Amino acid sequence: MSNLLSLITFIPLVAAIILALVARSDSESALRNVKILTMSATVFTFVVSLFVLFGFDPSNTGFQFVEERNWLVGLQYKMGVDGISILFVMLTTFMMPLVIAASWNVTYRLKEYMIAFLVLETLMIGVFCALDLVLFYMFFEAGLIPMFLIIGVWGGKKRIYASFKFFLYTFLGSVLMLVAMVAMFADAGTTDLVLLLDHNFGSETLSVAGFQIIGGAQTLMWLAFFASFAVKMPMWPVHTWLPDAHVQAPTAGSVVLAAILLKMGGYGFLRFSLPMFPIASDFLTPLVFWMSAIAIVYTSLVALAQKDMKKLIAYSSVAHMGYVTLGIFAANQQGIDGAIFQMLSHGFISGALFLCVGVIYDRMHTRDIDAYGGVINNMPSYALVFLFFTMANVGLPGTSGFVGEFLTLVGIFKVNTWVALFAASGVILSAAYALWLYRRVVLGDLIKESLKSITDMTSREKMVFAPLIAMTLLLGVYPALILDIIGPSVAALVETYHSNVADHWIIHSATSTASY
Amino acid sequence: MNASDFSVVLPEVLLSLYAMLALVVFVYTGKDKHAVFSIWLTSGVLILLAAIIGFGQSAESTAFNDMFTDDSFSRFAKVFILISAAIVLVMGQDYASKRDMLKFEYPLLIALAVVGMMVMVSAGSLLTLYMGLELQSLALYVVASFRRDSAKSTEAGLKYFVLGALSSGLLLYGSSLIYGFAGTTQFGGILEATQVEHLSVGLLLGLVFVLAGLAFKVSAAPFHMWTPDVYEGAPTPVTAFLATAPKIAAMGLFARVVHDAFGGVVGDWQQIVAVLSLISMFLGAIAAIGQRDIKRLMAYSSIAHMGFALMGLASGTTFGVQAMLIYMVIYVMMNIGAFAFILSMERDGRLVSNIADLQMYSMYEPLKALCVTALMFSMAGVPPMVGFFGKFYVLRAAYDAGLAWLAIAGVIASVIGAFYYIRIVYFMYFGDETEPMDSHSPRRLTVILVVSAALMLLGTFFSLFGLEKLALTAAISLAG
Repeated sequence: MSNLLSLITFIPLVAAIILALVARSDSESALRNVKILTMSATVFTFVVSLFVLFGFDPSNTGFQFVEERNWLVGLQYKMGVDGISILFVMLTTFMMPLVIAASWNVTYRLKEYMIAFLVLETLMIGVFCALDLVLFYMFFEAGLIPMFLIIGVWGGKKRIYASFKFFLYTFLGSVLMLVAMVAMFADAGTTDLVLLLDHNFGSETLSVAGFQIIGGAQTLMWLAFFASFAVKMPMWPVHTWLPDAHVQAPTAGSVVLAAILLKMGGYGFLRFSLPMFPIASDFLTPLVFWMSAIAIVYTSLVALAQKDMKKLIAYSSVAHMGYVTLGIFAANQQGIDGAIFQMLSHGFISGALFLCVGVIYDRMHTRDIDAYGGVINNMPSYALVFLFFTMANVGLPGTSGFVGEFLTLVGIFKVNTWVALFAASGVILSAAYALWLYRRVVLGDLIKESLKSITDMTSREKMVFAPLIAMTLLLGVYPALILDIIGPSVAALVETYHSNVADHWIIHSATSTASY
Repeated sequence: MNASDFSVVLPEVLLSLYAMLALVVFVYTGKDKHAVFSIWLTSGVLILLAAIIGFGQSAESTAFNDMFTDDSFSRFAKVFILISAAIVLVMGQDYASKRDMLKFEYPLLIALAVVGMMVMVSAGSLLTLYMGLELQSLALYVVASFRRDSAKSTEAGLKYFVLGALSSGLLLYGSSLIYGFAGTTQFGGILEATQVEHLSVGLLLGLVFVLAGLAFKVSAAPFHMWTPDVYEGAPTPVTAFLATAPKIAAMGLFARVVHDAFGGVVGDWQQIVAVLSLISMFLGAIAAIGQRDIKRLMAYSSIAHMGFALMGLASGTTFGVQAMLIYMVIYVMMNIGAFAFILSMERDGRLVSNIADLQMYSMYEPLKALCVTALMFSMAGVPPMVGFFGKFYVLRAAYDAGLAWLAIAGVIASVIGAFYYIRIVYFMYFGDETEPMDSHSPRRLTVILVVSAALMLLGTFFSLFGLEKLALTAAISLAG
């Protein structure tokens, strides 16, 4: 099958259109049908995506399952996956059925809710499969629309502020990327990612308005892309939309946001910044390093002070994404392997943590840490699940969180020990805030009146967590599962990156010697 | 002057003859009794002419000693002027019948304005330019104050007239300077007279005055002041008309003047157009934030959109003209849909125009709310809506022409502008519950809204329905 990727990308959209046109939402059974249709669509997408996974040849570092069709102004519709992107596609298709299952109790405008999530799934898969610059941008940007509506319509009390902030922050970042894309199109004459990856963008020093720009066009383009991906990631200091968006979004929205949408930033760095602008990346690595190191320490400290559970986990997400950016820009095998691993594992773990918050939020309708305490007495199995994911978040060996953090730290240690030192301190801080959160919410005596009647997880909730626990454990004890798939592609990326940077220095030193 | 000259201007002649004839016939047979018929008839005539021009196979030619040009560019503009005028005319019928505005003259005045626009985009000399412009403007002044008993409408008409007259004055003054220094009013002659490194001061002044006059007509900042007041005061169908066809005509004229007459000195007008574009984009985006009235909001939105269209023009290249044309067509399609919606915003039979009246609109009108959402995201330039491609084209044109700073400024302005577009979405989807608006709006308006929104989405999948190629042919015939 040559159009497998289009298939998995557009199945959810087709389901959404069917929902919009056919489904009714006037009776209990009609609503049930809506949920069942959505669920089957996402499960079906997952099943089809398994064919991509099993048909994928990791030793081939090029793009596979490529499809190509002509489109507007020399743009094209081109899809394909390589070792870097395929697992993000899998992460998306894997998480979506769980997200839908976690939204089983939604009643307010259920049909529109399901449509929004299905459309979002199409756009997220599209981002990871697109092999055309503008096609990528379309999927990347269009994702804002359903997410804006999800936060705005189904969100909490301050949802309007949060949704506008989310939209405008990300939009500002990405329009700068659009200008850079126009510049790349003008420079290379194509928007085909495969060709762009081989194109050398100019890196001679430019003078713009009297300022010397070292790295020239590459630096400017790199910065424009950085504006977009750093916001999406999010990196300190442009992370402030994330806690607001997370807190106000409905549980399922938070899960999608943390598990998948944040990964687009990291994917973007790997797909665009490193391979296309190697010289600029090389110049600006210290900037990314220190921004990430500050992010890890600062947001971990901020997390310690939070009173709202979701906000705490959101800040912890920012800190964990700091490892990812460090790993990516360490630009060695361990670093990038670790970054991808960390992104996937963070997808499972943070998704699960937001689901954990959702479980008690559904019962008590508050996310205040102070409103809880001692729920272990009434909810033993919940306490166990929450403990497991807290530990995974801290990076306990045996869980996937450990592998990701360890690999990125190894990668970064080989490049810059000082940054590694600061980053490693984040591991301790994460233990502090995560365990403290756990103690305040779960442990102790059940003294609060309001909590006396709280009930343990239902079997539906347990079923949602089961696959996540399985994946976290499996990847924790057998990381080769992922590393074997991404390894060759990452190795190729690292090799081209370093040879490009080395070439530049050779030319550079040659010209500067000549001028003496 | 000979018979072949008249075959070139046949569509214009036909339309003016129709307008005059219909005027006489309706006056003697029953006046306003035929108002509805007159609307449909006029609209039919406009569509027919669009078909004649669009499918006609005659070669490109000029008439009346090059004072009138009939080329792919003018045909492209005329087809879209005629189609949008026809659609907007039909949209206003229910509004007119409910508010005692059913006068048979209204469609005929529109028809005359359209004749003016057709002359504008075909202008081959400064005199033709002025004639078309005035014919268009005079008809528009009248329709803007068409509700004679409404203070706002008459105020709008008067403001439009006074400021329009001022801009015509500027334009004429500029034209006379150009005539004085170039020795001709023909665009071809001016082009020959300007084959120099830099324009003489006289020509430069003339150029500046003409561009200022044209900027008035396209409502580009800082010559935009009339726009919000006229948009708000004029009857809504007239506002819808003002926001669509005249904009294509004015931008077409703008492109004609800068390319046909001053195509040799791109550097001299490029910075003027770029600055107009820059100010328009930012003013449109920022000033709209404070607006609560949806018609005023659309006025500022149109100022911002004109800024983007001028960005394409500022590049001074064929691709820039193509980008501008594509942008204008997309803009007009979006605005037709948006005004179809605004015309259907009623509560208890009264027209409402405050955006807060849209609170929770999606609860009782999910389909229309979805369509408006699509249009708003398209206007904001968010992919996958077609509006994004409009922006993409002009950005690319500007970047290719070395105006990267303008492109960057443009995208920043578009982020600011996105705020008020998505605020409309916010009101419709997650505002507070209020008294709902009337839901039995005319089916015609709903159909136009849905079609417009569908085009915004489907255009992406169907490569803009071939618009790109048409615009390219038109651009080549203008800018070579």
